[in-house]
Amino acid sequence: MQSSPVREAAAFQEAKLTEIQVGIADLKVTAQPHRLITLGLGSCVGLTLYDPATRVGGLLHIMLPDSTQFNSVNKPAKFADLGIPLLLSEIGRYGGKVNNLQAKIAGGAQMFSGLNEKFVLNIGERNIAMTRQTLKNLGIRIMAEEVGGNRGRTMILDTTNGQVIIRTVGTPVKVI
Amino acid sequence: MIKKKVIPDVYIDALQEISNIGLGNAATALAELLDKKVDMAVPKAFFFDVEEIFDMVGGPEEIVSCVFLNLEGDIHGTVLFIFTERSTYRLIEMLTGQEVGNVTELDVMGESAVSEIGNVLTGSFMNAIGGMTGLRMNTSVPMFAFDMFGAILSTSLVASGHWDDQVLFIETVFFQETDEIRGHFFMLPETGALNRLFEALGVTEGV
Repeated sequence: MQSSPVREAAAFQEAKLTEIQVGIADLKVTAQPHRLITLGLGSCVGLTLYDPATRVGGLLHIMLPDSTQFNSVNKPAKFADLGIPLLLSEIGRYGGKVNNLQAKIAGGAQMFSGLNEKFVLNIGERNIAMTRQTLKNLGIRIMAEEVGGNRGRTMILDTTNGQVIIRTVGTPVKVI
Repeated sequence: MIKKKVIPDVYIDALQEISNIGLGNAATALAELLDKKVDMAVPKAFFFDVEEIFDMVGGPEEIVSCVFLNLEGDIHGTVLFIFTERSTYRLIEMLTGQEVGNVTELDVMGESAVSEIGNVLTGSFMNAIGGMTGLRMNTSVPMFAFDMFGAILSTSLVASGHWDDQVLFIETVFFQETDEIRGHFFMLPETGALNRLFEALGVTEGV
C-alpha cells in the first residue's frame, strides 16, 4: 500500500506538535493541534475532556476532591467539584460541545507505603470518586480510566485524535 | 497571583546555621550507620513557594526516593528526605557493603534501608534543633515512596495540608570518600511553626 500524502502530513504534524504544560491545580484548553501534558500525577487526578467533532480538548489537574471543606478557595482548579465545571465552561468558550465530550481520567494513586498509611490516605481514592460523581452529575460519560494503584503517572492529551498517553515509571507507555 | 512573602536575611542566616548543626549531626549518624567516614558540604537553606519546588531535584518526572515523616511536639509540620535515584542506589550499596554500580533497582531490603536512613537523618537533625532551642519535637513512623518526584511531592503536600504555604528547602550533599550522595531535605512547617522556631532561637527581625 502506498502511503498517502495526507498520512505523511499527519505524521509530520504529530512530530512537531507543541506541548502545553498543565501545572498542578491548573487547567488548559486548546482548539489547536497540541499536546496537553501534566507531569507526575500522584494522588492527584488528571481529567481530559475532548470533543472529536471540533477537536477542542482540555486537561485539568485535580489535587483535592471537595472545596466545601475549606474556608478560602483561591484556586478553583485545585478541586474536583469546582475545577470540572470550570473546565467544561472553558471548553464551551473554545467551541467544544458538551454532548460530544469524551472524558478520560488518570491518577489517584496511593504513593506511600509504611505503617502510617491511614492518614495520607485514600485522598487518591476520594479524588477519583469525586471526579466520577461530578462528571456523572454533568452528564459526561467516562470513556477510559487509568486510576488507582501505587505508581505516579504523566498524562498527555493529543488534540489531533483525542488519544491520551500515560507514562509510568518502569512500565511501557500506554494509550487510552 | 499571591504576593510572595520575603523572608528577612537574619532568618535565613539562622536557618542556615541550624541546618549546618542539624545536618552535621545527621552526617555523624550516617557515618555511624555506615561505619565509614562521611563528610558534608555546608548546606544551603532556601524558602520557596510550593509551586516553585516542582522544578527542583531534576523536575517532576525525575525518579527519586522519598522518606516522609510528620513532625509532632512543639513544632508541627512535615519533613521529606529526598534522594535521587543514583544516590538511593549508592546509599544501599554503602549500607550493604556492595561495589559501586551493583545496585540498579530497589527491592524491599533497599526500601527499608533508605527508609531507615531517612529516619535516622531526620531524627538527628531534629535532635540538634531541639538541643539548640529547647523545643521538643518527635517524628512519626516514616513512610516511603520511590517514583516520579512530582507525584511524590504533590501527594506529600496534599497529605500534609500545607499547600499554599512556603517551604523550607535545604540541600545537602554528603560525601563518602570520593562518592557523592545528594540529599534534599524539605520541611513543610505548619503556619506559625517557623515563628516559634525563630522565637526559641532568639532571632527577631531587624537585629
